[in-house]
Amino acid sequence: MSLRRSPLAGYPGITEIPFLTMVNVRVRPTGDAAARISERLGGPLPVVPNSVVDAGSRHILMLGPDEWLVVGPDGDTGLPDLLREPSASVVDVSANRTTIEVRSRDLLEHGCTLDLHPRAFHAGRCAQTMIARTQVILWQTSDEPVYRLLVRGSFATYLADWLSDATGSTSSTG
Amino acid sequence: MRLPEGGEIDRTKPLTFTLDGVEYSGFEGDTLASAMIANGVLQVAPSLYRHRPRGIFSAGIEEPNALVQVGPEPSLQATTVRLTDGLVARTLSGVGRLTPDSGQRRYDKRYTHTDVLVIGAGPAGRMAATTAAAGGARVMLVGLSYPSGNVRFRGSPQGIPPADGAAELRVLSGARAFGYYDSNYVLVAHQQTLWHVRARRVILATGAHEQPIVFENNDRPGIMLAGAVRKYITNYAVLPGRKAVVFTTNDSAYATVAALVQSGAEVTVVDSRPNPPDLAPQGVEVISGLITNTDGPERLTAVSTQDRRIECDLLAVSGGWQPAVHLFSQSRGTLRWNGQAFVPDTPAQANHVVGAANGTFDTRAALIEATEAGVEAAAAVGYPVPPPPLPAVREREITPASPVWLVPGDPRNQFVDLQRDATVADIRRAVGAGMRSPEHVKRYTTIGTGTDQGRTSNVPALGVIAAELGVTPGDLGTTTFRAPSVPVSFALMAGRDRGKLHDPIRTTPIHSWHVAHGAEFENVGHWKRPWFYPKPGEDMETAVLRECRAARTGVAMQDASTLGKIEVVGADAGEFLNRMYTNGFKKLPVGSARYGMMCKADGMVFDDGVTMRLADDRYYVTTTTGGAANVLDWFEEWSQTEWPELDVRFTSVTEQWSTIAVVGPQSRAVIGLVAPDLDVSNEAFPFMTFRETTLVNGIPARIARISFSGELAYEVNVSGWYGLAAWNAIHDEGKPYDITPYGTETMHVLRAEKGFPIVGQDTDGTVTPHDLGMSWIVSRQKDFVGKRSLRRPDTARPDRKHLVGLLPVDPAELLPEGAQMVASDAPLTPPVPMEGHVTSSYRSAVLERTFALALIKNGRHRIGETLLAPLGDRVIAATVTEPVFYDKEGARRDG
Repeated sequence: MSLRRSPLAGYPGITEIPFLTMVNVRVRPTGDAAARISERLGGPLPVVPNSVVDAGSRHILMLGPDEWLVVGPDGDTGLPDLLREPSASVVDVSANRTTIEVRSRDLLEHGCTLDLHPRAFHAGRCAQTMIARTQVILWQTSDEPVYRLLVRGSFATYLADWLSDATGSTSSTG
Repeated sequence: MRLPEGGEIDRTKPLTFTLDGVEYSGFEGDTLASAMIANGVLQVAPSLYRHRPRGIFSAGIEEPNALVQVGPEPSLQATTVRLTDGLVARTLSGVGRLTPDSGQRRYDKRYTHTDVLVIGAGPAGRMAATTAAAGGARVMLVGLSYPSGNVRFRGSPQGIPPADGAAELRVLSGARAFGYYDSNYVLVAHQQTLWHVRARRVILATGAHEQPIVFENNDRPGIMLAGAVRKYITNYAVLPGRKAVVFTTNDSAYATVAALVQSGAEVTVVDSRPNPPDLAPQGVEVISGLITNTDGPERLTAVSTQDRRIECDLLAVSGGWQPAVHLFSQSRGTLRWNGQAFVPDTPAQANHVVGAANGTFDTRAALIEATEAGVEAAAAVGYPVPPPPLPAVREREITPASPVWLVPGDPRNQFVDLQRDATVADIRRAVGAGMRSPEHVKRYTTIGTGTDQGRTSNVPALGVIAAELGVTPGDLGTTTFRAPSVPVSFALMAGRDRGKLHDPIRTTPIHSWHVAHGAEFENVGHWKRPWFYPKPGEDMETAVLRECRAARTGVAMQDASTLGKIEVVGADAGEFLNRMYTNGFKKLPVGSARYGMMCKADGMVFDDGVTMRLADDRYYVTTTTGGAANVLDWFEEWSQTEWPELDVRFTSVTEQWSTIAVVGPQSRAVIGLVAPDLDVSNEAFPFMTFRETTLVNGIPARIARISFSGELAYEVNVSGWYGLAAWNAIHDEGKPYDITPYGTETMHVLRAEKGFPIVGQDTDGTVTPHDLGMSWIVSRQKDFVGKRSLRRPDTARPDRKHLVGLLPVDPAELLPEGAQMVASDAPLTPPVPMEGHVTSSYRSAVLERTFALALIKNGRHRIGETLLAPLGDRVIAATVTEPVFYDKEGARRDG
């Protein structure tokens, strides 16, 4: 049996993408350190608020004026050291959150106050927001649409319960 | 009775329903009220206070009388309940009852954004929405009903075609907007869903409500608003009476006259104007005058004018039209009296009022307003459209209205608010008592406070008050309009936030183990933490004593993953922490840990915890479980607003790490097995240091020697992914030592035996580090947040409350937490001087007795004194002691 266990292991009916590598980067956006980090990632740290830049198998989510979340695949264990810079805060937060995939805008609109219409939110956008009563990083990865919800492990079961419950009601309310 | 043809009902779809136990039939497209009228049922439940017979009065949301209970839903208006097959309804006298099974109904919420929100789906609303959507703007049209075909109206045989063509038009029909807040934030009730709508522009086409006229016995069944009578005939093909009188002050009721005549009813008109229209060619007598009284056993049988009595079974009344300004007024728009009604004046938000809601009753003018508003809104949101052609509308000539506020008669039977049973006599009593403001009169008479929100009573009431005071309604102004403007249920507001979805429960990665091993849980913030682990047959006291004994004599383990954790990184991280904590962290060596205490600017204890230095520029701060988010916010606030020059940044890692405390004299042996690569000797791994290592099952771990119990103890930190595996590994390796899992209660007892305070339990925001007897942790050299406040005379006065111990004189007596302590010689008659209170109280296994911590005035100088806890039926005497009860020398922490 694997020693690793994701927060939603075995939860039925929810698409969890477990064990993604996540590194929180806080650095002055205009300095040398930011430039070196971008270079090593092979993509710029996005400066457009709430935007996402893809860099190969990794994605860089703009969380704040001096804060990014770099998301890599499971097993991207070298990522924190790759990004380490003397005047930057680089912190491995892979286990801080798990990732749930959702393929319905309608479903999210039952609990998310943001405007998710394609004119306002689309692939390549992210936001730190609430779904029902838990904080998430909401990240749209495809215009189909496909969304990722990055949620704290301790809140994951609540969110999964809420999503399961909401799935039951989306068919009846237009 | 149902007319043989006409209406918008579907006669191919008959429906059956039950009202007050009697079965009736109606058609698809009926409301409950129209189906009732079709079956000759006009009368509803008697009025709430006067028990007077009442009938269906209107055909919409202004209905004051026809309240019904439908299934679990109380206080619905029969005039707005869509008829469904098998519907069971009961008429109500004013008040409904919630039924227990209403909890079974499923409610939900939706959040949506739109460029343009149009409220009201009549001709003006539909025109505005169609126009605004034509250029591609996102438009939402919310209305009580939305006919699928062309919207036809008087003077326009073609009407307005449906607006479904526009790509981003969304129609919510059967929906009621009831709350209008700042930033064009509007709440809409739609069936079982509460919509939260945010719009860039709002167009209000909410129409107008016809007003009744106040005369004697104006409340009988068979008296209806004229517009409602017309609506029943044209929309539902039901005729409320065969012999009708129409009483009007204005032109609008003549459409009702025409509809009645066309349906074969016999009609007489009483018009308040001196020169009413002549309808002799149509066979209708028009009298210039007023209705003064009505007659009938219950239902209306006759009306009286000043000089005539007319037999009839229906009286259609029109006292003019009041624009539905509720939402506009809620949006903080101001109103103006135009001589007939209150109309919108100045908007306070990005909205437009059009049509009858704007006091524009002429159809052609209303459509022009609606088109202009649609064009303007479309341009404002970036999807411009050219003005569309207007539908052909016949021009009409208008005779000015002649409002009548009050017809002479017995004021006790002149009803102003039908739902509240309030009369002219009630208003006279209020005015006679000296009230002048409509707000006061409203509160005194309760006029306008019913579920119909005074739609048919506010303006008549103002008219009567104004007449009493000799002013105009415009001089008085209206009362304030507040949400909800239509009744909505609490269940709707709650939506799905109920049961386990009411409030999130946070669990650690080890939670499933705790559940499987029978833990009782305690709520700490949103967290579920194991409280204690009772074995079969054990109660809480026994279990906690056993867990405590294991920690003091063997080895025990606790899931401490809920501790708040923050990585503080940057060249100035040490300097920053120095400024936040009362003690120093700048010189803490890498590889070491230190307990720290934080104050708010007022010098009061805010949070505490152990911080490790991971590298020169990197600290790992732990906080209390409940304080984690507040501490992170506190750090950000000082960093961003006060010291932006410091190179330091913060990242929450609370859930990155699972933390397991391993406590007790035998913990070293267990850790030695769990972390075989680690030299666990006291010399190689001293107190308040940490080591990075790999556990026996290959998991990377950071192990610290930290003790919150005074015992030899370790904290094993692993990635949250491995929390459960690490817990299992420690539990397995600890088996030979009978390792005992323990919960928060045992943790509390163990720390209290050592006098370690818990922030938030032994402190309450009024306690300084000095009050806790922890002056040793307050640096005299460096500056820190709160330092200046600690020099205030008040924080240095000798009679502040100090944290002390209390030992009940009877070692079996347990002081209740929160108990007030009084001096032994204090008189027990109020006011009794309070000396302080108990903050923590437990039974101790190791002390073999009860003990407590307390905040006592000048406590440190009262050691040995006996205080009393008067508890109503008994008094517990306790001796003040030092707050450390066990291992005062600190001999146990190294094992």
